[in-house]
Amino acid sequence: MSYLGYPDFFEPYIKRVEQTRPARVEMRRKGKEFPLMSLEERQEILKYHPDYKEEGKREIKVGPCKGYRIAHEFVDLLEAKSRVDPDKVDLTRVDYETDVLVIGGGGAATIAALIAEENDAQVLIATKLRHGDANTMMAEGGIQAATKGEKDSPYYHYLDVMGGGHFKNDPDIVAAFVKKAPDALRWLEDLGVMFSRSPDGRLEAMHGGGTCRKRMHYCADLSGMEIMRTVRDEARNRQNIKVLEFSPAVELILNEHGRCAGALLYNLETEEYSIARARAVVLATGGAGRLHVQGFMTTNHYGATADGVVMGYRAGIPLAFMHTVQYHPTGVVSPEQIEGWLVTERFRAEGADVVNIHGEKFVNEREPRDVESARFIKECLDGNGVPTPTGKVGVWLDSPVIDILVGKGRVRTAFVGKWKVYDRLGIDISRAPMLVYPTLHYQNGGLGNNVECETAVPGLYVAGEVTGGLHGENRLMGNSLMDLVVFGRIAGRNAAVFAREKAKEGQLTLDHVRRYHKELEEAGIVTDGVAPMLLPDYTSPEVRKRQLTVSYLGTLR
Amino acid sequence: MSAKKKDKSSAETMVKKEREVSKAKLIPVHIMGKRYDVPEGLTLMKAMEYAGYKFIRGCGCRGGTCGACGTVYRKPGDYRLQVALACQKTIEPDMHITQIPFFPANRAHYEFADLTSAPEEVFKLYPELFRCVACNACTKACPQGIEVMDAVSALKQGNITVAAQIGFECIQCGLCTSRCFGELVQYHMFQLARRIYGARITPRAEHLIEMTKAIDEGRFDNTLEKLRHMSEEELKELYRKREEEPVTAGEDWRPKDKTYL
Ligand SMILES: Cc1cc2nc3c(=O)[nH]c(=O)nc-3n(C[C@H](O)[C@H](O)[C@H](O)COP(=O)(O)OP(=O)(O)OC[C@H]3O[C@@H](n4cnc5c(N)ncnc54)[C@H](O)[C@@H]3O)c2cc1C
Ligand code: SF4
Ligand code: SF4
Ligand code: FES
Repeated sequence: MSYLGYPDFFEPYIKRVEQTRPARVEMRRKGKEFPLMSLEERQEILKYHPDYKEEGKREIKVGPCKGYRIAHEFVDLLEAKSRVDPDKVDLTRVDYETDVLVIGGGGAATIAALIAEENDAQVLIATKLRHGDANTMMAEGGIQAATKGEKDSPYYHYLDVMGGGHFKNDPDIVAAFVKKAPDALRWLEDLGVMFSRSPDGRLEAMHGGGTCRKRMHYCADLSGMEIMRTVRDEARNRQNIKVLEFSPAVELILNEHGRCAGALLYNLETEEYSIARARAVVLATGGAGRLHVQGFMTTNHYGATADGVVMGYRAGIPLAFMHTVQYHPTGVVSPEQIEGWLVTERFRAEGADVVNIHGEKFVNEREPRDVESARFIKECLDGNGVPTPTGKVGVWLDSPVIDILVGKGRVRTAFVGKWKVYDRLGIDISRAPMLVYPTLHYQNGGLGNNVECETAVPGLYVAGEVTGGLHGENRLMGNSLMDLVVFGRIAGRNAAVFAREKAKEGQLTLDHVRRYHKELEEAGIVTDGVAPMLLPDYTSPEVRKRQLTVSYLGTLR
Repeated sequence: MSAKKKDKSSAETMVKKEREVSKAKLIPVHIMGKRYDVPEGLTLMKAMEYAGYKFIRGCGCRGGTCGACGTVYRKPGDYRLQVALACQKTIEPDMHITQIPFFPANRAHYEFADLTSAPEEVFKLYPELFRCVACNACTKACPQGIEVMDAVSALKQGNITVAAQIGFECIQCGLCTSRCFGELVQYHMFQLARRIYGARITPRAEHLIEMTKAIDEGRFDNTLEKLRHMSEEELKELYRKREEEPVTAGEDWRPKDKTYL
């Protein structure tokens, strides 16, 4: 038996939400909102955020940021060994030769490839899964740019980005970002991205957490997918862009002049390693949700395992803002089948209320993500969360309010992606609320870089989620899709120019890996762990217990 | 996809959530013809992982948006061959499942800059469009519930707009293609339609053009330069003073302070 598609268990809880709904709608109609927190109140609430849990972190013992405290899950990887023994790799046997090697097949990578190609470079994309299997494909909500001059400008965008990031962001990067964002949107329009717009061509826009103006542009609720598939389609048209799928990079290769000169690739299917030599490299491997930091569920795609951070750190690039990880406030708690999945912030932007077990509001829906998440966690710790039959807890996101406020059918049309997912499970979210809890979502920090996407290693450029600086300690929704377009373009251009004008041929080397191994040994780290992780392992523990092969010599695994 | 050795570097925490389901009732499924007993309520994808498979292919977003996990299945006593996304479909007792991790598909190359919105361009690139026999197998297959055949018909009639709009939610999983009698590759055609529609048919945003022009002319350079050098305290002050556009405000909303526009 079920109530509105949910197990009976939830009936009394859902009914409470229904009881308080009319009064909440009335408040909304009068333009009344739950008060936003002051900066001081935010600080207080943030104590409930997982980032502030000291026992969740430890110091890294090696590398350029020795002593930096970050999540165990990252340190575990940074204190692991290479997947290969550098002495066994014959660097004179080059398998692929190219001007620009792009590592990754998501948004930042593909856009960098397009622009590098336009700057006369031969481009090779090496990616872990299929081209386009990436977090970019999954982004639903939207992409920020100040485009409506009568009420918005890069000034306000700048302040919002800084405020979201606790004013710790790199000011140069933020300034370049807000200034180049509108042109990046125009570039996407030229490629044929179908933005949601009114009949006269005006782009629709809405609020996101932490914005003071409505500047979140979108393509229904499939913004990232629409952007990703369009740029991928364009890349497929370009003769000078070649793509290697199921071939992740496992180490960067430098040359005797200390420049980045390619990468060691790994064929996931045949298990062969191969060498790609390049005159410049763009590293755009995205995020790290599949590390399940502090055991949180995640919204990220299957290949989000922090590989780029591991490879870059070994090559000597310092980390930036890796001490913070973003939890998206609204991940699905129940039904089980879609646990961890993201419910876009746009539901809240359009008027869906967040309510507790009593059907009462307890937070403004537009606080920055870290504050909103921390507030949910507090509410549940205080005993005001909604329990589930399997012992979890969450709060309600009351989506039916949107249909009442905006008009019948709005949820179905404006959130078609999510509507369908729930519909397949027998729940109509224009009539029933969604049960949500914070879910691991975004790697706020990453490899340190500057406004030109340059890193500590000449010839190595970075873009997208693998970087750190733009978002400071907390990214605002819609700024990472824009991040990957703005800085994907810059990285692509600069890599092509470097390949043409500044690259210096020289002998290839993996000495940085040898040095790193030595450092591990000297720090007394004994480990049989290897990194990058490449893919998570979800086989059941029962099966693992019975996988007893001692080693993998011989013809059979 | 292969039942592979355990990756030693993966953290234990990852399976924590998955472990909870092991209390549930076990039901039989047949993965490529071999029987495994797995907890009910799992998706096909999680069921295969539970059984011991570690995916290389056939798994991407795990969230119904990337189209990597197309799967064919048959239910006991049912003559029909059905298709679904492994990350979306819940297992049923005695199902037989096999993934289709890759499907060779014809895709036309084109110079996008040279394309106009004339339907003939699409006809030229994809002449097989006219091999459609209107059997509707594509629509029945589509896990997104897209009226695939309607979009194909629209394209045949030269209506790129309708094809782009119907095909907007396409995740390019290829399941329609795998069932198509006329051997069309619907999702590449829809991709082309969407790009033509987005770039050549919808009116462009005037306000965006104006804003990029203002930026190019340097209108915000001084302001940004000042912000860039401000102390945290000064920034916080400006941040607090920002005027909030109300959630319910219409397009005609204007801020009181226009200094920084
Ligand atoms: C569910 C979800 C919703 C989101 N919604 C929004 C939103 O509404 N607005 C917004 O602005 N942002 C959103 N984000 C965030 C945003 O989508 C990502 O931050 C952004 O797309 C990252 O882009 P990227 O190109 O840096 O990385 P990705 O798109 O993740 O691409 C990384 C690529 O690198 C590949 N790769 C990884 N390791 C290796 C390796 N070792 N070798 C080779 N290749 C490798 C991956 O397979 C992948 O192809 C969302 C994210 C998720 C997960
Ligand atoms: S139209 Fe075809 S390719 Fe697109 S989602 Fe539907 S079945 Fe998959
Ligand atoms: S399956 Fe192929 S032939 Fe049949 S209606 Fe669809 S496009 Fe036409
Ligand atoms: S894994 Fe992406 S659609 Fe199933």
